[in-house]
Amino acid sequence: MKFIIAIIKPFKLDEVREALSNLGVAGMTVSEVKGFGRQKGQTEIYRGAEYTTNMLPKVKLEIAASDELAPRIIEVIQQTASTEAIGDGKIFVIDLASATRIRTGETGEPAL
Amino acid sequence: MIRKMISGVVGTGLVLGFASTAFAQAAMIKAPTAAQQVAMINKGDTAWLLVSSAFVLMMSVPGLALFYGGLVRTKNMLSVLMQVFMIVSVCGLLWATVGYSMAFTTGFTSSLTPYIGGFSKALMRGIDGTTAATTFSNNVYVPELAYFVFQMTFAMITPALIIGSFAERIKFTPLMVFVVLWSILVYYPIAHMVWYWAGPDFLPDSPNEAGLLNHWGALDFAGGTVVHINAGIAGMVGCLMIGKRLGFGKDNTPPHSLTLTMVGASLLWVGWFGFNAGSNLEANGVTAVAFVNTMLATCAAAVSWAVVEQIVHAKPSTLGAASGAVAGLVAVTPASGYAAPMTALVLGLVVSPICFFFVTTVKNKFKYDDTLDVFGVHCVGGITGALGTAIVASPALGGQGVIDYTRFPAVPMQGYSIASQLMIQLEAVTITLVWSGVISALLYFAIDKTLGLRPTEEAEREGLDINEHGERAYNY
Repeated sequence: MKFIIAIIKPFKLDEVREALSNLGVAGMTVSEVKGFGRQKGQTEIYRGAEYTTNMLPKVKLEIAASDELAPRIIEVIQQTASTEAIGDGKIFVIDLASATRIRTGETGEPAL
Repeated sequence: MIRKMISGVVGTGLVLGFASTAFAQAAMIKAPTAAQQVAMINKGDTAWLLVSSAFVLMMSVPGLALFYGGLVRTKNMLSVLMQVFMIVSVCGLLWATVGYSMAFTTGFTSSLTPYIGGFSKALMRGIDGTTAATTFSNNVYVPELAYFVFQMTFAMITPALIIGSFAERIKFTPLMVFVVLWSILVYYPIAHMVWYWAGPDFLPDSPNEAGLLNHWGALDFAGGTVVHINAGIAGMVGCLMIGKRLGFGKDNTPPHSLTLTMVGASLLWVGWFGFNAGSNLEANGVTAVAFVNTMLATCAAAVSWAVVEQIVHAKPSTLGAASGAVAGLVAVTPASGYAAPMTALVLGLVVSPICFFFVTTVKNKFKYDDTLDVFGVHCVGGITGALGTAIVASPALGGQGVIDYTRFPAVPMQGYSIASQLMIQLEAVTITLVWSGVISALLYFAIDKTLGLRPTEEAEREGLDINEHGERAYNY
């Protein structure tokens, strides 16, 4: 099993979610996050005061997937979330040691 | 010897006012008795003055409270709302106990009359539904209670303006003590000096019965000196003496809600018609002039601030537009009843670039933490307006000129000179700056040494809402 963490641009969320549903992904966790990478921050000016915000708002997706599905999920996210501009985000994948469905107690891939 | 005798609040006497005055001239009563005065009260004037009073209250709560509140951080929102709300309430009580009497009665002795009134009307003694107050026209009166409450709303908003200079770093109770003392030692004397006079039916017989600046002929239609310069300099002195906020220049301190700031600025704009047009006391042609001047100057100033930002930053901001509108309102305040619509418009266009320069370049250069730009907008805008009034009041530019109230009935003053009026305005501005600046400094010093003005470092970091008031503005 793999655990996929994707950081994407917030406005791409709906598109990515739809593409992943079509692929058969049954669930994911979404959070609003802030961070920085190569993309520069934005400048805000309030009367004389100028502030540069280094942290930009992004959306983080967390998906647990079977080993066969994982490469296709990564591919779909990469293709859907891309605007070919700086700040499109990143996809991280880690090995998932175990998964348990709380309601039934099932473990492993059937719990996903 | 009187150089000119012009009303402070209103130099009035516009063409329209005079037409009716002249018509009724045969029946004019010099120094009417109390009963005769009551018979000279007009229902339209009374209605307008009472509505204007409510409008000016709306400028403070919620207008100013939201305008300021939106500009601070979430953790200090309630402290600003509470400060404004309580200043309004406390100053209302103070006005009824001593304020009205100190501002609008004759002095204990005739030598004190130019500076401060006495206590003859303290606790509202002798004021009831059957007493009258003078206006700016011969033989026109308004109910004294209407005048009392109209002036009360000015005494409420002026100290509330000050708090923007040291927002986010002041203890509540010491601030209230400051406001009470400041009202007594600064606001009432200045209001008395600029606005107290015997009235058009009495001045010819008692020419010395007027405040100092009123006697000099300083023009301040609705409170450029009394309200804006007065509060602006008190705020500036406070921001310097209390010091910068923790993290000033390092932490990001953006406004927490420009939406509320825009709502507040818009309420200020609407309410300001009561402030400026209401200051004519009567509902007549001058009132309409003041109303239109206020409208055009504000539109012009909002536009010119946006244009300046477009040029400087390439992005015209909401806060800039709101700041420009307020700067325009401030600048036109002393001029509102004297200017012509087109000169008021020019005044509005000019004031925004000046205030913009102060809140950006000057403030950044000298690094003072005038948090909500009370000095940059109210004091600088007020001075621009006070000096500009000398120019726009000129009949040669379509202005209303000034009235000679030492004659009965009053007549328009001949030979208006912009240069000599400018000198009088400059004197009035200087006296206000020095009086308010020095006494405010003494008050801040004394209160800081006794009660302490500033919260602990920990309280300031955590926010004034939870530490001073025990609540949070937003519980999601």
